[in-house]
Amino acid sequence: MQNNEEIETKEITLSMGPQHPSTHGVLHLLLDMKGEKVIRAYPDIGYLHRGTEKIAENLLYHQFVPYTDRLDYMCGMSNNLAYVHAVEKLLGIEITERAKYIRVIAAELSRIAGHLLCIGAWALDLGAMTVLLYAFREREMVLDLFEMICGARMTHNYLRVGGVRYDMQPAFREKCLEFADLLPRRVNDYEQLLTENRIWLKRNKGVGVISAEDAINLGMSGPILRSTGVKWDIRKDAPYLVYDRFDFDIPVGEKGDCFDRYTVRMEEMRQAARIIKQALAQMPDGKPCVDMPDVVLPPRMEIETNMEALIHHFKLVSHGFKAPKGEAYSSIESPKGEIGFYIVSDGSERPFRLKIRAPSFVNLQAVDTMCRGGYLADVVAVISSLDPVFGEADK
Amino acid sequence: MGIIKSPLEGVVQFTTLDDIVELTGRTAAALAKTTGVDVVVDSVVNWGRRSALWPMTFGLACCAIEMIAAGCSRYDTDRLGIVFRPSPRQSDVIIIAGTMTKKIAPAVKRVYDQMAEPRWVIAQGGCASAGGPYNTYSVVQGTDLVIPVDVYIPGCPPRPEALLYGFLQLQEKIKKEMPSVFARYEVKA
Amino acid sequence: MTIAPDSILIKNIKERFGPSILDTIIFRDEVTHLIRKDSLLEICGFLKMDSELQFNFLSDIAAVDYFPQRPRFEVVYHLYSIPKKHRLGLKVKVEDGEVVPSVTSLWNSANWAEREAYDMFGIRFEGHPNLKRIYMPEDWEGFPLRKDYPLKGYKDQYNPYGEEKK
Repeated sequence: MQNNEEIETKEITLSMGPQHPSTHGVLHLLLDMKGEKVIRAYPDIGYLHRGTEKIAENLLYHQFVPYTDRLDYMCGMSNNLAYVHAVEKLLGIEITERAKYIRVIAAELSRIAGHLLCIGAWALDLGAMTVLLYAFREREMVLDLFEMICGARMTHNYLRVGGVRYDMQPAFREKCLEFADLLPRRVNDYEQLLTENRIWLKRNKGVGVISAEDAINLGMSGPILRSTGVKWDIRKDAPYLVYDRFDFDIPVGEKGDCFDRYTVRMEEMRQAARIIKQALAQMPDGKPCVDMPDVVLPPRMEIETNMEALIHHFKLVSHGFKAPKGEAYSSIESPKGEIGFYIVSDGSERPFRLKIRAPSFVNLQAVDTMCRGGYLADVVAVISSLDPVFGEADK
Repeated sequence: MGIIKSPLEGVVQFTTLDDIVELTGRTAAALAKTTGVDVVVDSVVNWGRRSALWPMTFGLACCAIEMIAAGCSRYDTDRLGIVFRPSPRQSDVIIIAGTMTKKIAPAVKRVYDQMAEPRWVIAQGGCASAGGPYNTYSVVQGTDLVIPVDVYIPGCPPRPEALLYGFLQLQEKIKKEMPSVFARYEVKA
Repeated sequence: MTIAPDSILIKNIKERFGPSILDTIIFRDEVTHLIRKDSLLEICGFLKMDSELQFNFLSDIAAVDYFPQRPRFEVVYHLYSIPKKHRLGLKVKVEDGEVVPSVTSLWNSANWAEREAYDMFGIRFEGHPNLKRIYMPEDWEGFPLRKDYPLKGYKDQYNPYGEEKK
């Protein structure tokens, strides 16, 4: 062969999704490819845009809580928490100590559930199906715990404005403690399957690298930002609920590649179990709700036995409560990053405008930066490591 | 053009080749019905079809997570012959798991069209059945406005047990189908 | 934590951009400045670069429709400083049809947030690299989150419960 001319590769645009087994829902990626290399990735979202923000403007404050479950459906409790937190900030309510501890446990359990699904789906996308099955074994345990406290597996509607709907039962406490003891051991099991696995390392180390500067500029938050070495966790930096009373670490990565994001998530699950154990130990007695009849529904038992409570329940459910005129932005650390609710109130029972700062939406912007120059197969790893949930990204 | 002697219908005139095919089919159907072969064929084919329902993994929203849960360790649909496939060409059932928006509706239609017959549709959850809690500008108010649905599963989201029950209902439905060619021909008694 | 009137979030900005700041709202320990639209970029640049403030993280951009008030829209910027751990809100008022200077040159995260505001409200951002619809299909008519857009949308083949188009 005398012909040493380089074979010219034509650029093509590859459409990945919205139906694709490894796009985690309905992501549509337009990839400009040169051979196997990605020149530019352009995410096209909106395939699950359900108009949640518009719905909020037409609902009473407490009626919107169930819709927040369906934002980031992998970890509904965190969304519940972010929303009720914002409404409580707007109303200026300080909830009871017991409610705060229950909320911490609920939020940390849902962090575990979210991360388990993330790791499981990620491993599945990269060809390790076993991990998914193991991860779901533990996830089912978390869902069982949720079922014990609120009766629902995924869409809980458990945290309400002013506290939580039902008090925590002693049986739940035992089961939860059992789970918190078990989880770190199970996380070690996954690590045995993945962390030193040659395929896993090849497909994640040095893939989808993003620098700390870029990550901040792009608005990344949560495990993705922490994987670049920036130690920013709202639980530590602006502690809400009672996070300042617990002893836990914020894991950070170094390089900002997919593997770092994996290790950060693994460690976060262990830390979440640690927080749960401490919260269960410190749990004070008291009421699960504040004593504010104009905001908080009467307990379920009373509604069924007491006439006044029934009327009260009916009145509150049908008329709601008024919030003072003003605006409040409140954000918490969800498994995906900073989830924030910005509520504008005009003094009526309905939010005038509700804006959701969805971490998945913002994090997805990094797809282009992370995929550029990589191989097509790496795109799958990058998307899995970003862990987007389209319920919240598309709202 | 010509005439043919049929064992059942006597002398029949035909003009095209299709006429012969039609006549042969009719004769075979009549023979099958009188001997009871059609029931046997139908039941064997239906047994085969309902025992290996391969659904397509097409998660739209929250229900998809419960769909995955149904396929994973605890509920394990594999033991019922329900094996999730990522391609429409290989699958028999499409589970519409979640809210279908106007933007994704053409994609769903396209995926459905790519599936080989026989194909069935399960609408999982409130959103897929009738729009659910999302009666808004961007949501399709029910899967049946886009593609025909066989089984509706209520719930928001339905538990994996409910999804399994939906599959059992679909199996019942398949049992009553008449997939053999004999059903196509009307036979005078 | 309560915000004192001499907090750096208020003092440093007011000293420098006094006439551009139309109003300062303190509500539930949050500081929000209502500023002039034409000095938005200048103020944002200062907030990002100033060594005492260091607002390097743009959390979100929210648009609010105050129909039928005039000017009709408000665009709210939620800023956060990761090194200094403080938050600040900035607001500009916009009339329907007017443009807002884009802050994508300062924070890349504004890219999608501004596209979302454009998609939902029809507010145009000047200097945005790719101002297209983000959620709705390209050929969608109207801006869904405007107050005069019906919740159930308009009637079509997929939505038999929508409102009739006028």
